[in-house]
Amino acid sequence: MTVKEMAERAELEVLVGADGLDVEVTGGYAADLISTVMANAKQDNVWVTWHLHPNIVAAALIVKLSAIILVSGRQPEQETVQRAQQEGMPILGSSLPAFEIIGRLHGMGILGTV
Amino acid sequence: MSGKVQFTRTQELIYEMKVGEVMTHSVVTVKPQTSMNELREVLRSNRISGTPVVSNDRLMGIISIEDFIKWLANGPPKTTVAERMTEAVVTVYDDEPLVQVVSMLDRHGFGRLPVIQRKHKKLVGVITRGDIMEGLLHKLEIGYQQEEIHRYRASHIFEDLIADRTALVFQYRVVGKDFQKAGSGATRLKKTLTRLEIHPRARRRAAIIAYEAEMNIVIYTNGGNIMAKVEPGLITIKAQDNGPGIADVELAFTPGYSTAADWVRELGFGAGMGLCNIKECADETTLDSVVGKGTRLEATIII
Repeated sequence: MTVKEMAERAELEVLVGADGLDVEVTGGYAADLISTVMANAKQDNVWVTWHLHPNIVAAALIVKLSAIILVSGRQPEQETVQRAQQEGMPILGSSLPAFEIIGRLHGMGILGTV
Repeated sequence: MSGKVQFTRTQELIYEMKVGEVMTHSVVTVKPQTSMNELREVLRSNRISGTPVVSNDRLMGIISIEDFIKWLANGPPKTTVAERMTEAVVTVYDDEPLVQVVSMLDRHGFGRLPVIQRKHKKLVGVITRGDIMEGLLHKLEIGYQQEEIHRYRASHIFEDLIADRTALVFQYRVVGKDFQKAGSGATRLKKTLTRLEIHPRARRRAAIIAYEAEMNIVIYTNGGNIMAKVEPGLITIKAQDNGPGIADVELAFTPGYSTAADWVRELGFGAGMGLCNIKECADETTLDSVVGKGTRLEATIII
């Protein structure tokens, strides 16, 4: 499933990077500790997080994630938007809290690494 | 297959590019009170077939060689441009896309259109088919060059450089406490390693090490440096700062141990995982730290 299909089916809003959504999603990872993302997220995973600061883009690029998903209707900081645009890192969002978003994604077959 | 219509790059560009980008800025103009006799000289000396009529930066009309010829045939000798010009002039705004001009030129069969600045309603230029062609070609050329640069990979550099031993060194300055810029060193290093076509797995390990080291410098010190040395088969990353130092190095490597301030933790850092991540990603890690002097970290990756 591509990021685009995932966003449509899970009703996620594309906040940044509408033209970078054709990447195949390999699974998901959820954390608000950046180091655990660095250590555990797999390439082309989607990352569900609460954080909004520009560093999430750097972290996502370094482990090469397919998209960042912001929870609870949170909006990325302006600097975050700029950097994500520059680097082509999609940021999606939903008004739902993390648990609900992850539940939907899991139900669609986007799984974590066990 | 998606149902999207495929556009060529040129088609895209005429939607993307604005009139103001390609128009001719320095426009020859005449005043309404200019005489038709003077107009002849203006058209002749500038080799143009028509010109806008302007008063106080406002476009009043347009006068062409055709108007001039008609006047020659039957007009009274003392005639001003204002009396013979076309007043209802079709214009475009400088912020409109080129596609707008293309369709207007086609529709009306004009050779040129005066360009008006939307806010002040002043004449700022003229746009012709030639301007559009030139503008598009220029943009395509820039795009092509950028693509060439982008396509360039420095992966052959080790074969091209002649020495018994070759090493490339990249240095990134890290500003302490600056969470806006934090991670930019590691991101740039990763791009550089991509250009060198370092194996993706080694590249990822190097980037994670650099990132965690960079974050430690940002969180705990007033700044420092990250240096990456790339040799055939080996990447060495050195991080150095003159910060407070680490009292108990062994404890610092314990997963979950952290001395980060609460506000740092709120940003998702200081989880006590950084050094563990570095150790996990490196084949060898050494950490030298003196309290009050600073910290030096060296991590090597065998490619």
